Amino acid sequence: MQIKPILSALRQHKAGTVLIAMQIALTLAIVCNALFIIQQRLAHLSEPSGIDETHLFVVENQWVGKPSPDQLDAQIRADLSALRQLSSVQDASVSNSYPLHGGGWDDGLKLKPDQANATTEAAIYFADEHMLATLGLKLIAGRNFRADEIGHMGIRDALAPPVIVITKALAEKLFPSVDGHANAALGKTVYLMSNRTTIIGIVDQLQSQSVARWAADFAHRSVLVPLRLVSPQGTYYLIQAKPGQLDAAMHAAEPTLLAQSRKRVISDKDGLLSFAEVRAHAYDSDYGMAVLMGIVCVVLLAITAAGIVGLTSFWVGQRRRQIGVRRALGATRRDILSYFMTENLLISSGGALLGVLLAVTMNLWLVIRFEMQHLSLLYVFIGVAILLLLGQCAVLAPAMRAAQVSPVEATRTV
Amino acid sequence: MFGYYLDLALRSLRRNKMLTALMVLAIALGIGACMTTFTVLHVLSGDPLPDKSARLFYPQVDPLDMDGYEAGKEPERQVTWIDGMNLLKAKRGERQALMTGGAVPVQPTQSSMDPFFSDARYTTADFFPMFETPFLYGHGWSEAEDDGKARVAVISRSLNDKLFDGKDSTNQILRMKDTAFRVIGVLDNWRPNPHFYDLNMGQYSVAEDVFLPLATSRDLNLARNGSRNCWGKGGGNDDEHLEVATCVWLQFWVQLQSADKAADYRTFLDNYSKEQKALGRFERPSNVRLSNLMEWLDVNKVVPSDVRLQSWLALGFLMVCLVNTVGLMLAKFLRRSGELGVRRALGASRREVFMQLLVEAGVIGLAGGVGGVLLAYLGLWLVRLQPADYASLAHLDLPMLLITFVLAITASLLSGLLPAWRACQITPALQLKSQ
Repeated sequence: MQIKPILSALRQHKAGTVLIAMQIALTLAIVCNALFIIQQRLAHLSEPSGIDETHLFVVENQWVGKPSPDQLDAQIRADLSALRQLSSVQDASVSNSYPLHGGGWDDGLKLKPDQANATTEAAIYFADEHMLATLGLKLIAGRNFRADEIGHMGIRDALAPPVIVITKALAEKLFPSVDGHANAALGKTVYLMSNRTTIIGIVDQLQSQSVARWAADFAHRSVLVPLRLVSPQGTYYLIQAKPGQLDAAMHAAEPTLLAQSRKRVISDKDGLLSFAEVRAHAYDSDYGMAVLMGIVCVVLLAITAAGIVGLTSFWVGQRRRQIGVRRALGATRRDILSYFMTENLLISSGGALLGVLLAVTMNLWLVIRFEMQHLSLLYVFIGVAILLLLGQCAVLAPAMRAAQVSPVEATRTV
Repeated sequence: MFGYYLDLALRSLRRNKMLTALMVLAIALGIGACMTTFTVLHVLSGDPLPDKSARLFYPQVDPLDMDGYEAGKEPERQVTWIDGMNLLKAKRGERQALMTGGAVPVQPTQSSMDPFFSDARYTTADFFPMFETPFLYGHGWSEAEDDGKARVAVISRSLNDKLFDGKDSTNQILRMKDTAFRVIGVLDNWRPNPHFYDLNMGQYSVAEDVFLPLATSRDLNLARNGSRNCWGKGGGNDDEHLEVATCVWLQFWVQLQSADKAADYRTFLDNYSKEQKALGRFERPSNVRLSNLMEWLDVNKVVPSDVRLQSWLALGFLMVCLVNTVGLMLAKFLRRSGELGVRRALGASRREVFMQLLVEAGVIGLAGGVGGVLLAYLGLWLVRLQPADYASLAHLDLPMLLITFVLAITASLLSGLLPAWRACQITPALQLKSQ
C-alpha cells in the first residue's frame, strides 16, 4: 500500500484529520491515566489483611453508667466466655480496634530508650490469648500469649506491656536481617512509649487499622499487647464463627451479650458488622473511583469510535466517484478496503504519538497535584494498542461500504 | 429569519437521525459528567457561613517542645487547655469560643426507649451567637453558666423530636451519663457545610445533637472525641487530667470585626507566645497563624482530592465530547455543500449561511443541555447513594442548573463555529458545477 497518495488525500481534509487525531490523543491521555488509577486502586484494595475474614464479625459495644475498671474487666471476661460457649462460635477475643476499622491507636517504637525519634510507628492492638486463633493469624516464630500474661489496663494507665507479639513486616523494619528471616527480632528488647518490652512472637501478617494515606507508613506494622483495654467508651468484640454459621453467630451475639448485662449500647446501625461489610466500608471510595474510571474509559472509547465511524462515513460518501474511478482502473475491493484502513492507521498513529506526550504530561501534573505515582509505560502501551485497535475496528464498517462501490460509479455524475 | 433557520435546522437534523443522536448524546454525556462533578465540588467547597466567614478566625500557636523542631513549620491545629483558656479569658476578640467534640450516653425517661449515645459538643457560651445558630425554642447559655459548670444543655431539633415529640422542651430534664441536665434551648435544623468548627469529627458530618458547657463536661469527665496530640511527658492516656497535660485537643474560634482587628489579634498572639516562652511554658520561638474560616478550610484541604480529580476528569471528558461533536458537525455541514451552494447562488450571503448553520449547532446544544441536565440528575442520584458523609448534600441548585444550560449552548455553538465557517467557504459556482 502506498502511503504517499493517502497523505496527499489527507491534505485535502486537514480539519477532519486534525480533529480525529486530537480526539484520539485526548482519549488516549485520559484512558492511560484512568487505567493506571484503576490499577492503583485495585492493588490498594486487594492488599491482604492477614486475617481469616470469611467467618469473622465485629461487635461494637459501648458501656452505659459508671463501672469501675475492675467491674468492666470482669464484665468483658464474662462476655467473652459467654460468646465462646455459643455453638456457632469458634472463638472470640476483645480489642480496641481491628484491621480496616479506620481509627485506632498507633505509637512509636524505639530500639533505645533515649532515642530522639521513633524507629517506626506501629498499630497497637490490645489482645488476649485467644486473639491469634480468633483472627486466624499465622504465628511464624516464637509463641502466643499465655492466659496468665493477659492483664487489663484503664484508659488512664500507661501502656507498658512486658511482652508483645509483632508482625513480620514490623520485625524486619526494627531488626533488618541479611537473609530475610524475621526471627532476628525474636526475644529482642524494644521500647514502646519509652517502656521496655520483649518480643515473644512474630505473626506473618496483620494489617494496621486504617488504609488511609496517613497510616500508609505503617500499613502492616502492628503490635499485639497482652492487655484488655477497659475503656468506658467502648470495646470491640471480634468473633470467629464456625464455618457456615456466620449468620447464626451474628444473630446470637447481641442477645447473649444483653443477657450478661443490659448496661450497654450496641448500635442498630453499625454495632454488628460482618468483616465483609468492614472491608466494603474501608475501601468504598477506592472501589467507587475504580468503577467510575472504568465507566469513563468505556464511554470515552465508545464516543471516539462513533466519531471515527461518522467522519469516515462522510469521507467515503464524499469520495464515491474517486473510488469508482480507482475500481474502474483496476483496483480490487481489497485495495479500497486497505486504503481506508491505512488512512485510519496513519491518523491514529499521529494521534497516538501526540496522546503519549499528553498522557505523560497529564500524569506529571497528577503527580504534583494529587500525589499520584508515576505512570508506568506499560499503561501507555496498552492505551496505544487499545486506541489503534479501536480505530481499525471503527473504520471497518465504512471501509467495507467503500469497497462495495462499483466501478460504474465512475461514469455517473452523482 | 430565525424561524426559517430553525425550520431548516430541524429538517436537516431529522434527515440523519443517527448522526444527530450521536452529537446530542456526546454533548449530553460531557455536560452531564461535568455538571455532576462540578455540583459536588461546588457543594463541598461552599462557605458554611457566607455572611460571616470573613470575620471568623482560627488562631494557631506553637506550644510544642524542641523535639523535632523545624523553623516555620505549621503549628499544631488545636490548642491546649491552658492556651485555650488564656485566649478565651483575654477576650481580645468580639466573641470567642473554646470547644471540643464528645459523645454522651442519653438515658430517655420513656421506658420504651433504650439508652443511646449522641454526638456532643462541649463549648463555651459564644458558640451560639458567633456561629449564628438558629434557635427553635429557648436560647444558649451565658458566661455565668460556663463559670458555674451549670448542668444545662442545648439540643438539636432531631433529638428534640425523638425525645420530646418536637414539643417545646425548654426547662425539661434530660438525663445523660446519670446526670440531670436542664434543656435551655432547641436548635432548628442546622447543618453548616463543611463541619468547619471541628474538622477532625468528619469534614461534612452533621452538627452534633447535644451541646453542653465545656466546664461542665470536664467536671463530669464526659467522654470526648476527636483528635488529640500529646508530646513530651504529656501523659496522653489520661482523660481526667487533660487540663494540665501537654496535649492539644481543643478548637478555639474568635470573631474579629475588621482586617485591622485581625492584624491586632495576630500581634496579640505573637506577644502571647513570647510571653509564654519567657515564662518557660513554650520552648519554641513564636510561630503563630491566624486564618479566617475559608483560609482554614484551605489549610485543612477539606475538599477530598478524589472529588477534584473527578472534576478534572469530567472536564477532559467534555473536551473529547466536544472535539467529537466538532468533527461530526464538520462532516454534516460539508456533506450539505450542494444545498448550501444552491442557497448561496440564490442570493444568501455568507453571513446568512453561517447564521443558519449556527442555529443548527445551537439546537443540538440545547438538546444536549436538556440531556445533560437529566444525566446530571441521574449522576447526582448515584452520588447520593455513595456512603461518603457528603453524599446527602449533592443536589443541583438553580445557579448550577442555569450554568448547565449556558455551558451546553456555549459549548455547542463554539463547536459549531469551525464547521460553519468551513462550510461558508464553499464557492457556489464550484458546487453547482459538480452537481
